[in-house]
Amino acid sequence: MVNRIGFLGVITRVFLWAFLLCLAVVVVYPLLWMVLNGFKTNGEIFGNPFSLPSHWSFDSYQKAWNRGVSNYLTTSVLVTVTSTIATVFVSAWAAYGLTRVNIPFSKLTTGVILGGLMLAPSVALVPLVKMFQAMGLYNSFWALLILYTAFRVPFTTFLIRAYMLDLPREVDEAAEMDGCGRWTAFWRIILPMCKPIITSTVLLHILFAWNEYLFAMVFTSGAGVQTLPVGLMSLMSKHGTEFPVVFAGMAIAAFPVVLLFFAGQRYIVKGLADGVGK
Amino acid sequence: MRTIGKRALGLAWVVPALVLVGVFVYFPLAENLGFSTLKWDIYSGSQEYVGFANYTKLVEDPVFWRSLGNNVLYAAVSIVFQVFGALVLAALIEGVRSERWQRVLRAIYFIPSAISLTVAGLLFYFIYEPDLGLLNHLLQAVGLGGLSHSWLGEESTAMPAIVAMSQWQGFGYSTLLFAVAIQRIPREIYQAAALDGTGPVRRFFHVTVPLVREMTGVMSMVTISGAFQVFNEVMVMTSGGPDNSTQVLGTWLYRSGFVRNDFGYAAAIATVIFVITLGIAVAQLWVARRRRVAW
Repeated sequence: MVNRIGFLGVITRVFLWAFLLCLAVVVVYPLLWMVLNGFKTNGEIFGNPFSLPSHWSFDSYQKAWNRGVSNYLTTSVLVTVTSTIATVFVSAWAAYGLTRVNIPFSKLTTGVILGGLMLAPSVALVPLVKMFQAMGLYNSFWALLILYTAFRVPFTTFLIRAYMLDLPREVDEAAEMDGCGRWTAFWRIILPMCKPIITSTVLLHILFAWNEYLFAMVFTSGAGVQTLPVGLMSLMSKHGTEFPVVFAGMAIAAFPVVLLFFAGQRYIVKGLADGVGK
Repeated sequence: MRTIGKRALGLAWVVPALVLVGVFVYFPLAENLGFSTLKWDIYSGSQEYVGFANYTKLVEDPVFWRSLGNNVLYAAVSIVFQVFGALVLAALIEGVRSERWQRVLRAIYFIPSAISLTVAGLLFYFIYEPDLGLLNHLLQAVGLGGLSHSWLGEESTAMPAIVAMSQWQGFGYSTLLFAVAIQRIPREIYQAAALDGTGPVRRFFHVTVPLVREMTGVMSMVTISGAFQVFNEVMVMTSGGPDNSTQVLGTWLYRSGFVRNDFGYAAAIATVIFVITLGIAVAQLWVARRRRVAW
């Protein structure tokens, strides 16, 4: 009897591993294919898709880089960094105001800010285009900075607020006794205590801003303001027949966020789990 | 008086957030409702009030219904794979003895969710490509060459192909979240169940499933809501073609406004997306209030 269970257990374990590993291959192989295709020639890509490149040269990666990817990357970095800073500060201020300052209409204010979570960006698209055209910000870096900030403030505030609610009240009292004003208490005491959740929100915002497509596509058209996701589509339409170059561009775009995920996995998972989904 | 002034001063903390959200999220939303009653050519600037004409046009537009149908298909398939499939997968991963390997597997499955939908979409555009694509070559390699298709070029296969790519992209994300929910279940409950002689399958249905139901509920809502906001992958892979067979509400909105210069109609489609996603959000709040897992 014991033997049979042991045997069954082994069989189950083997099947389990086989299944999980197959799934891992299904996930990883296409990505590997993408990276490898950046090293192949056009002929090799059409010949046998499973083959390895005959020689390893970074030619296509270099070509992709010089044909716009370096510009798209710069814009992406710029938009990502600035919108991350803006979003996290605005959200942290709001979270502080909502949780630790006795403000009037605090319930309503909380509802209005967090309610933004429920609204889909595509719904606001047409009016936003008109608005940004009127403001002369259409097709500019500012459009993306403002939109990425405005549409992520509700989620980011939600996360930081939940964290601040759990900080003990005594912290504020101690700060007050020390003669700290609100401003000092926020910067010197509360914000440093929120470091873990701030890290989570920073990483999640980076993933969002780096990958966002709808706004980036609609609000930018010139080469100077296109971020990577839109830029890749330009690369595709301009050099669509040079497949290795396109694959190289894709790999360059994917690399930083994959790296970031592995570096900050713990914080990303924590942030996602606290914010469930979104 | 002084205290009221002081309290009002506290508002300064929330003003930046309120202004950003008010001006760029809520205001456009309200404005959109107004736009949906216009016949509006953005290039000539001509605007004409047409009442509900855009909405009646919507009802009679076969592409609108097709788009809505595709969104529903998206939601249905995603519920199966990204909610139920992910829950089962998360539980299976827990079956791996080494915690280190559990982490590695979950991280690997998550990679597609970290890269942009544009990269993933382009990648699958090439995978589905009839001549150089992996999929057809793979079918030929296992002797099923007869099943080869121009996956994104044929009406019958294009939408399923896009939905399949989306599952590939998203399942690791929900698996990760379910894993967190499962790990929050006190180990003693599992140990007690195991002592009672409950097998792993029964433990899954009698312990795991009921105790992660809050996460299941939220993930279902998030998944459905996401399915009605699909845009990126469709735009990248087919832009709604061939012959509008892969249009979804988001891409049909875009095409109606920005390509066909019918912004009033685009605003009407946006209103539909708004009503659907708001309805889902309200349902989520309602469900969340009703059932909280209590230990």
